[in-house]
Amino acid sequence: MKLTGAQIIWESLIQQEVEVVFGYPGGAILPTYDALYDYQDRIHHVLVRHEENAALAADGYARASGKVGVCMATSGPGATNLVTGLANAMMDSSPIVAITGQVASHLVGSDAFQETDVTGVTLPVTKHNYLVMDVNEIAQVIAEAFYIARSGRPGPVLIDICKDAQQKSAEYAPVTSVRMRGYRAIKPMRRQDMPALLRAAADLIDNARRPIILAGQGIKHGKAHDELCEFINKTGIPVATTLLGIGVLSEDHPLNLRMMGMHGEAYVNQAIANADLLIALGMRFDDRVTGNLSQYARNARVIHVDIDAAEINKNVPADVGIVGSVKDVLRDLTPLVSRRTHSLWMEQINEWRMDTRAHDVINQELPENMLLAPQVIRAIWEATGGDCTIATDVGQHQMWETQYFQHTRRNQLLTSGGLGTMGFATPAAIGARFARPNEEIWAIAGDGGFQMSIPELATIMQEGLNIKIAIINNNYLGMVRQWQELMHDKRYSATQMWTPDFQKLADAYGMLGLRATTLQETRDIIARARAHNGPVLCEFVVENETNVFPMVMPGKALNEMVRRQPAALGTGFETIK
Amino acid sequence: MLIDHAAAARQNKQKHTLVALVENKPGVLNRVASLFRRRNYNIDSLAVGTTDDPAISRMTIVVDASKTSAALVESNLYKLINVIDVQDLTGVPAVAREMALIKVRTTDAQQRGEIKQIADMYKSDVVDVSKDSLILEVTGDETKIDAMLHVLSDYGIMEVVRTGRIAMGRGASRMAQPHEPAEAPVTAFGGSMAGANGKSRHE
Repeated sequence: MKLTGAQIIWESLIQQEVEVVFGYPGGAILPTYDALYDYQDRIHHVLVRHEENAALAADGYARASGKVGVCMATSGPGATNLVTGLANAMMDSSPIVAITGQVASHLVGSDAFQETDVTGVTLPVTKHNYLVMDVNEIAQVIAEAFYIARSGRPGPVLIDICKDAQQKSAEYAPVTSVRMRGYRAIKPMRRQDMPALLRAAADLIDNARRPIILAGQGIKHGKAHDELCEFINKTGIPVATTLLGIGVLSEDHPLNLRMMGMHGEAYVNQAIANADLLIALGMRFDDRVTGNLSQYARNARVIHVDIDAAEINKNVPADVGIVGSVKDVLRDLTPLVSRRTHSLWMEQINEWRMDTRAHDVINQELPENMLLAPQVIRAIWEATGGDCTIATDVGQHQMWETQYFQHTRRNQLLTSGGLGTMGFATPAAIGARFARPNEEIWAIAGDGGFQMSIPELATIMQEGLNIKIAIINNNYLGMVRQWQELMHDKRYSATQMWTPDFQKLADAYGMLGLRATTLQETRDIIARARAHNGPVLCEFVVENETNVFPMVMPGKALNEMVRRQPAALGTGFETIK
Repeated sequence: MLIDHAAAARQNKQKHTLVALVENKPGVLNRVASLFRRRNYNIDSLAVGTTDDPAISRMTIVVDASKTSAALVESNLYKLINVIDVQDLTGVPAVAREMALIKVRTTDAQQRGEIKQIADMYKSDVVDVSKDSLILEVTGDETKIDAMLHVLSDYGIMEVVRTGRIAMGRGASRMAQPHEPAEAPVTAFGGSMAGANGKSRHE
């Protein structure tokens, strides 16, 4: 069957079971958009308002669906606008495929109109990229790109396709398998090493008195949730999660201590600092997780399991480093370890936990007209019963979300971890809407991050997407302001933010706009937003100079935290068990 | 000035020789170079050339392991899609060579004779002669070339070019280039997400 390159692109995407593409047309990708006209019934294209949001929406779709997200843009500025989204997917190991148009092959290198060296620009922020000049390569390259994106440690792959390759015709047959000389999803370990490593890991686990599991996103990618449960139910070892590891184990599981790191609760970091064994599963010891490396878990041996060999011994030296998918490794490791309870260790942790709880009072004795961001998060949790997907932006509200929303469902939190991309929440929620059509979806953003996403309100309306947006408005870039308060002597340089009238903004886009300034109003408008069958923009006007605590200051050890004020009276704000 | 051979040997122990087989495609050298820059790796030399298979090039990379973990360089190189195989030749029997062209200033016939004598001692050939200069071609390990440069420095070295180290493991072992490429189905999700296809074919 002879097809044009543009048709081959859509045929290949359909063969990859792609249902939705987030994109923005332009000159060099025009032939592909022309062909789309005939594929509209089989593949849904979402017209975003800025290419960065196409990449972020594809990322949100990928995180919510577990499938590969796809975005599309034209050459030059279209492609360069994707860069932040690609970097975001790279840092958080999200499988996305980006297809960009490139100028015709005879013009490549001539500084033609809207020409940019896109494979050069995106090289460090993609797992791999391709420049395709020949129509005969398109089908094969797309098949390879999808395989690379989703296999091993997932990541973004960009395919830059010259305009003439889209226009020319070639014989098309679906590519059913890919063979790449240089690609192994996982760096192979010598087979004879594995039993010895598992044995060594099992010995460390059986002899540990204060072990702790550090659970990361690799468990989600490897679909190892059940294996993790089996492993901890047998060994009795408590679990701390990374930010992206939230959702790999229900937060009502008695062994789930919840999030660790810079804004993790104090008892979690105390447990890590005092542990004698760290079992790191699918996580990479990011600096936000470890604090000062030279003082990190100084008395602990380390077992590190990761699918990416280059993560082993990168930041924290491993006594036992195992390259493999967490699912396979836990399946083999669990039978080798003894059944234990670690009751003394849990008693100690629970003592620290009680102490943390005593510090956790954020709204007692608050005047009626005062509203704190954590109350808003808690109110959303209470109203939804925790039964929804949350996409957050980056900053204070993001950390409060991790603290005050109890995540009991798998992978319900979509958040930008490694890159810390402001403006993530809204496009990610758009992507998630297509991946989870029947689920309640909340995008929670600060007033800063949301103002980066305002154009996408048009996308939401054009697509008729039922997304509830919560703007936590403190008229500041809150986290930056917090750092300025704590580290720069309250010199609030460029962090005060004027915001528009969000209700009028919602009105202009034809969506329901609601506003709350007290806790009662907060509960009311959340109820109204949930009852409304369509998109809603909720603004919560909160106290503007509150800080996220606890906090491990930069350069400090994990257990040297700035804590919340201890409770003077009663329990006040109810803490999560 | 004397060369401290013991110190040179000590320093040499920190030099890891990595050999990478890479696909002979446009941009591959850029990917390797970009990795070194991006990760802030200290590379002493990088030599690239073709192999008996026109689709495969071979790189020899010398890493200063006192500043950079050779194992991490190896793992990160391996992650590049166009890199077929990587081997650390440090600690295994291997032949390592470097070639240099050295242009030396000569003022008279007597000096030319002296330089020729030195060249002979280093099994080095004179490959160009002019009224005021000689070009010497020498092959050996880095310390040999360093020593020869040191000896010649009194005559006035005008230009030097060195290839950087190339290396090969001794004996009948060979790098894993002839293996079957991993084959993966195009759509099926769960298995390949966990990398089962990439793994099962390897030992």
